[in-house]
Amino acid sequence: MTLAITVNGKTRTLEAELSLQDLLQDLGMTKGRIAVELNGKIVPRSQFSSQRISNLDSIEIVQAIGGG
Amino acid sequence: MGTRQDRPLIIGGVEYDSRLIIGSGKYKDFEENHAALEASAAEMITVAIRRVNLGQKKEEPSLLDIISPEKYTILPNTAGCYTAEDAVRTCRMAQELLDGHKLVKLEVLGDQKTLYPNVTETLAAAETLVAEDFDVMVYTSDDPLVARRLEEIGCVAVMPLGAPIGSGLGIRNPYNIRMILENAQVPVIVDAGVGTASDASIAMELGCHGVLMNTAIAEAQNPILMASAMRKAVEAGREAYLAGRMPRRLYANASSPVDGTFF
Repeated sequence: MTLAITVNGKTRTLEAELSLQDLLQDLGMTKGRIAVELNGKIVPRSQFSSQRISNLDSIEIVQAIGGG
Repeated sequence: MGTRQDRPLIIGGVEYDSRLIIGSGKYKDFEENHAALEASAAEMITVAIRRVNLGQKKEEPSLLDIISPEKYTILPNTAGCYTAEDAVRTCRMAQELLDGHKLVKLEVLGDQKTLYPNVTETLAAAETLVAEDFDVMVYTSDDPLVARRLEEIGCVAVMPLGAPIGSGLGIRNPYNIRMILENAQVPVIVDAGVGTASDASIAMELGCHGVLMNTAIAEAQNPILMASAMRKAVEAGREAYLAGRMPRRLYANASSPVDGTFF
């Protein structure tokens, strides 16, 4: 069964269920300072591997950029 | 009246030597931003929290690789937020991003054209953030009553605008800033409106505890030189405030003695 999820506002299809850590790895997001919200709730970095991604999940991945 | 007593600038329990806070937006690149930061001698720098660009190259450095959170106090802002809810979410993300960091710059905007603060949403967000143990530095209008209310809520610094964000119009209502200062028990930092060095000095001469600026440095023809000018302007304004200026007189008052002339 495929999963439809939203990452930073864009829809993605996953072939199988996976962990947040795996998803971040697939996205090339393992390095650098990021923060992740899953369905509106922060996922602490320590829970990236144990957090499962399910169908229709909405994920936000943010970083610090220039601003005033 | 004697010389005013200098008091250190303490925000969220940390003492700062510099009373200048700069932004990290609108610079040509990270290197220019870093050079301006060094020239300004600022110890605190604001950052924005935004979505990661999923297409970005893995090796590309990020802002915090160039401007180290170990060396500088990073002040994440809630720029672009128009509701208390979005601002609170942004602060929580910033806290996670910066390993439990408590200090945030709260700004909840009301209108895209003026970027004036939405005061009711700002108050609501401040209540929530203070309850969640954030140290909140809050961007607000120059209304003395709102400033006092934000202090009562528990904000660690109140930051009235001098003029609209990015306008460079200077301190448009110094009398309101004075009223805010008279009531305040927490640092008052002019945030927004500074266009050039004299504007920063004026803010400091009024007795403000610091000045926060971004565009005035980043959009100068030579940002690094302007950063240096701003460092001096903030220091000069602070010293002038402490020294206490002479009274204004309508007419002249000779500097050379009148007695002892031989003609």
